[in-house]
Amino acid sequence: MAEGDPVAAWRETGLTPNLFKARVPLCLDSGARIVDLEIAYRTFGELNDERSNAILVCHALTLDQHVAGPHPSSGRPGWWSSLVGEALPLDPGRHFIICANVIGGCMGSTGPSSVDPATGAPYGLSFPVITVADMVRAQALLIEALGIDRLFAVIGGSMGGMQVLQWAADYPERMFSGVCIAAAAKHSAQNIALHEVGRQAIMADPDWCGGAYAARGVRPEKGLAVARMAAHITYLSEGALQRKFGRELQRDGLSWGFDADFQVESYLRHQGAAFVDRFDANSYLYITRAMDYFDLAAAHDGVLANAFGRSRDIRFCVFSFTSDWLYPTAESRAIVRALNAAGARTSFLEIDTDKGHDAFLLDEPVLRSALEGFLESAALVWDGA
Amino acid sequence: MNAPLAREDFNEILNLVTPGARVLDVGCGEGVLLELLTRERHVDGRGLEISPHGVSSCLARGLAVMQGDADRDLGEFPAGAFDYAILSQTLQAVLRPRHVLGELLRIARRAIVSFPNFGHWRVRLDLMAHGRMPLTQALAEPWWSTPNIHLCTLKDFVELCGALNLTIEACSALSEGRPARRTNAFSRLENWRAESALLVLSRSTGPKA
Repeated sequence: MAEGDPVAAWRETGLTPNLFKARVPLCLDSGARIVDLEIAYRTFGELNDERSNAILVCHALTLDQHVAGPHPSSGRPGWWSSLVGEALPLDPGRHFIICANVIGGCMGSTGPSSVDPATGAPYGLSFPVITVADMVRAQALLIEALGIDRLFAVIGGSMGGMQVLQWAADYPERMFSGVCIAAAAKHSAQNIALHEVGRQAIMADPDWCGGAYAARGVRPEKGLAVARMAAHITYLSEGALQRKFGRELQRDGLSWGFDADFQVESYLRHQGAAFVDRFDANSYLYITRAMDYFDLAAAHDGVLANAFGRSRDIRFCVFSFTSDWLYPTAESRAIVRALNAAGARTSFLEIDTDKGHDAFLLDEPVLRSALEGFLESAALVWDGA
Repeated sequence: MNAPLAREDFNEILNLVTPGARVLDVGCGEGVLLELLTRERHVDGRGLEISPHGVSSCLARGLAVMQGDADRDLGEFPAGAFDYAILSQTLQAVLRPRHVLGELLRIARRAIVSFPNFGHWRVRLDLMAHGRMPLTQALAEPWWSTPNIHLCTLKDFVELCGALNLTIEACSALSEGRPARRTNAFSRLENWRAESALLVLSRSTGPKA
């Protein structure tokens, strides 16, 4: 990297603070290519002289690169402020933490709302279908541009966990350890079914306009909000919903109509309304599709252990949550079994909580202390190596 | 977990395990034995532990440990993955001891298994004298709170090994605060003398009886 001269550095690597412009087209699993690929990213902390303290955080479906620190648009704390921050397991005082918006996203990385250089108009549905492997391939370009040969850790929950597994399968020599939280090595029929409900809600909204809503100056807000409401239920557990809302009413008495009588209705409506302000409907279609297409074993003769054939030197830690019915513990155990079969150094912990899938984003002391222990002991080995 | 006789067990296991071996500690608790084996014998160690607290402690020690249940989750390890599978003072607490023993010797070439010997003279005397479930150093909890549901004598265990066609490569008798004593597992006297027994087992190479 050309030190000190930002313009020269940009010419050489494509890196500017918070935005990376790839010098080469990104070849996708579908056979299509993305030219002029851009990746919006954030970093926290400093890369040390040995370049050995880099941690890549992979985000989930509707999250973004703002893993820590105040979000630039909402001003709210980063989405993983329970784990990333001073004196937390991922500490910018010690680690160089990188988080990039996935391709197909809508927070600055190239996606369906980006302008297609071939037409000068937003891609819309002409954006190619992407996969989790494509997301990871794009991240690998960014990591290379940042001058990092080997990441100390790749960490993620939910779709982020899927990216961790994909990293281990595709770039095992470029990571020392991996942490996969509340994820699965493939999407189940139920996972696909739930995503399909969301996509159909979006596409049934007249303002979706066959995906070309940007040109018409409208947004399929109703459809996207319904998609979010349905999805949000899957992130919680029955127990958590019952405990939080029960049958509590919004006001005294029933309306004898279809207003939000119950607090849980009002809560979901709020979740839907808040979501459409920050997320693009087409990105939702593309990213849910990428997750549905995810089946790590399928690309390796149907044997998941084969996917990790080159991963045996990686230290893994896999976490699941007892009340997560979206990616239940059995899915994590399947990952662990495959990693063991591949001979990787694997730890696994199922955390007891009633908070459902969302537990990976919440302040969960057991997760925090276990992750801290895992990373600290891994760092001792890595520094000694 | 600080089971009775854990220290005596650990010392003897340390003597038995060859340096650099691949070891699985089933029911590894907070990882004390695994850490000892890693430090003193440079083993490539893994653990299986049922309690989340134990797994967390192990992670903080830098150990690779999976949360799971010996009765249910040994199937997650591939066949022949280890040189030794260790089951220290836990066999009597599992639901399916016969199944667990079979699993240990599927995933490892050798199993090191220790358990309190219900044939020990003090146990026999205690039961005979008081007519109640024995309470001794090795069996320290009353019947209604003990995790031990499949207690056996050394003789019982040796018979099960025979039925499973397992070879007993070594046997040590353990007593609280005393060094382990190598002995003959088939000795009738030892079934009276050993407070706890630790055996090294392997699959018999010959045809099954």
